[in-house]
Amino acid sequence: MGEIHARFRLDRPGFTLDVNLILPGRGVTALFGHSGSGKTTLLRCMAGLEHARSGFLSVNGEVWQDQTRWRPTHQRSLGYVFQDVGLFPHLSVLENLHYGMKRVATSRQTNLNQAIELLGITHLLNRRPQRLSGGERQRVGIARALAVNPRILLMDEPLAALDIRRKQEILPYLERLHRELDLPLLYVSHSPDEVARLADHLVAMESGRVLVNGPLIETLARLDLPIRLGEDAGAVLDVTLGVVDTTWHLARLDFAGGSLWTRNPGLAVGSRVRVRVLARDVSLACEHPGPSSIQNVLPGRVDAMADDEHPGLTLVRVQVGDSRLVARLTKRAAQELAISPGQTVWAQVKSVALLE
Amino acid sequence: MLLSSDDLAALWLTVRLAFLVTLILLLIGTPIAWWLARTGSRWKGSVSAVVALPLVLPPSVLGFYLLLAMGPSGWVGQLSQALGIGLLPFSFWGLVVASVLYSLPFMVQPLQTAFEAIGDWPLEVAATLRASPLDAFFTVAVPMARPGFLTACVMTFAHTIGEFGVVLMIGGNLPGVTRVVSVQIYDHVEAMEYAEAHRLAAVMLIFSFLVLLTLHTVRPTSEKG
Repeated sequence: MGEIHARFRLDRPGFTLDVNLILPGRGVTALFGHSGSGKTTLLRCMAGLEHARSGFLSVNGEVWQDQTRWRPTHQRSLGYVFQDVGLFPHLSVLENLHYGMKRVATSRQTNLNQAIELLGITHLLNRRPQRLSGGERQRVGIARALAVNPRILLMDEPLAALDIRRKQEILPYLERLHRELDLPLLYVSHSPDEVARLADHLVAMESGRVLVNGPLIETLARLDLPIRLGEDAGAVLDVTLGVVDTTWHLARLDFAGGSLWTRNPGLAVGSRVRVRVLARDVSLACEHPGPSSIQNVLPGRVDAMADDEHPGLTLVRVQVGDSRLVARLTKRAAQELAISPGQTVWAQVKSVALLE
Repeated sequence: MLLSSDDLAALWLTVRLAFLVTLILLLIGTPIAWWLARTGSRWKGSVSAVVALPLVLPPSVLGFYLLLAMGPSGWVGQLSQALGIGLLPFSFWGLVVASVLYSLPFMVQPLQTAFEAIGDWPLEVAATLRASPLDAFFTVAVPMARPGFLTACVMTFAHTIGEFGVVLMIGGNLPGVTRVVSVQIYDHVEAMEYAEAHRLAAVMLIFSFLVLLTLHTVRPTSEKG
């Protein structure tokens, strides 16, 4: 499988985009950062909507821009989902879907049918865009981008303009895209929840520069970086729902290296979900703590330590099997327990948040 | 019949002139309006001003310059003679050229407003859906600017029908060649034929009212698209 190489330098009044990235050629890459961090500009450079004079872009082996060549947008095999959707008001939903499709030789009716089915918009095809809700519009916008059978899908904050209810309506479709399509998806977002839920790979940006570029789960567990998805530091785990205990309404979530019990989320056994374990919900003990109200106790080994934002606190990363958790301790507790890298500890996990 | 054959000839000539001028301006005015709506060029101001000149210039001034340019020693005149077309003043085609210039702002300004209102996004979306700029212009910008096109064409048509000063300067008053309705009414009044003038004037009044009525009833619904 190929890779995406993207190098751009773009000078704007009061803003400079300067990035040099290698991204995976499949899966969801989140471009994360505050507004003004340059994430949308980067996406627009990739689409050719901004013309960075100095730059290089290749997508899975196909060069779209280098020193001498610059392909205009309409010659790049991409799907682009805009924040405010941009359905053509003079065309019906179906005509909107056809617009790109009929201009691409390699697109087939099956691409369109697949996109329509994937996004659940069969019943909307004959409507006018003006008659759709915000969530429906966004689904049509995504289907329209997919119908051109692109080599890469670029999404610019597709949920930002929607309220919470609409977001919940769209997210399952995005997860389906992720599972069922074999193409790289670049997802611009400033929402920690969306990123934690959808992304495999994380690029965090600030003031036009890349702060970090790496696999999501590894990157979030890094302690030396000021990456906070949301209010708190924490780790993300990909888990499988292993067992449901109907007596106690609990479910066991299995991950590489252990398992955690949590309230039964009502999902089928075998479901794959992503959970977030916040650093403040993990405590450490040097010996097995014995009977405790905290029933998730996992053996692990301290793997790294770093200062937290508050001078009294420290972040400790614990390797549990092949996975990592992050715990927040006071510095005094860390010293009294003599916590240091390499040491064996028991991680007590008080709470697990399902990302859905 | 209420109108004389001379009146009918003048009406027919006027309609032909207005139709041709509208068609030609649609072809010339659209690219100008598109350019004005989308350019960041420092020439934008100057071009806008030139396009708007006929709005403020007395028709006789415009007619005077055109007469000089199209005359035997003017550059347009020499060009038209060299091309074997002959001289344009006091011919139907001279009238067409003059009217095109005179009605230019009525085509360009509504179109420019319509194109500006569309914004960049539909063209960016079209580009991400593989439409070349020209393709996007015809399949996205033009349909989205349809109310603007309607306004521009109706305004141009109506304005051409109503012009008088330029026509008199360039076309003179040749029956069936350059004698349009406005000149015909003038002739009737000069000859004290008030009844005839009344009838023709009434036709014009009703026509103008209907045009504006159509414009105001059609526009709001088509803008919602």
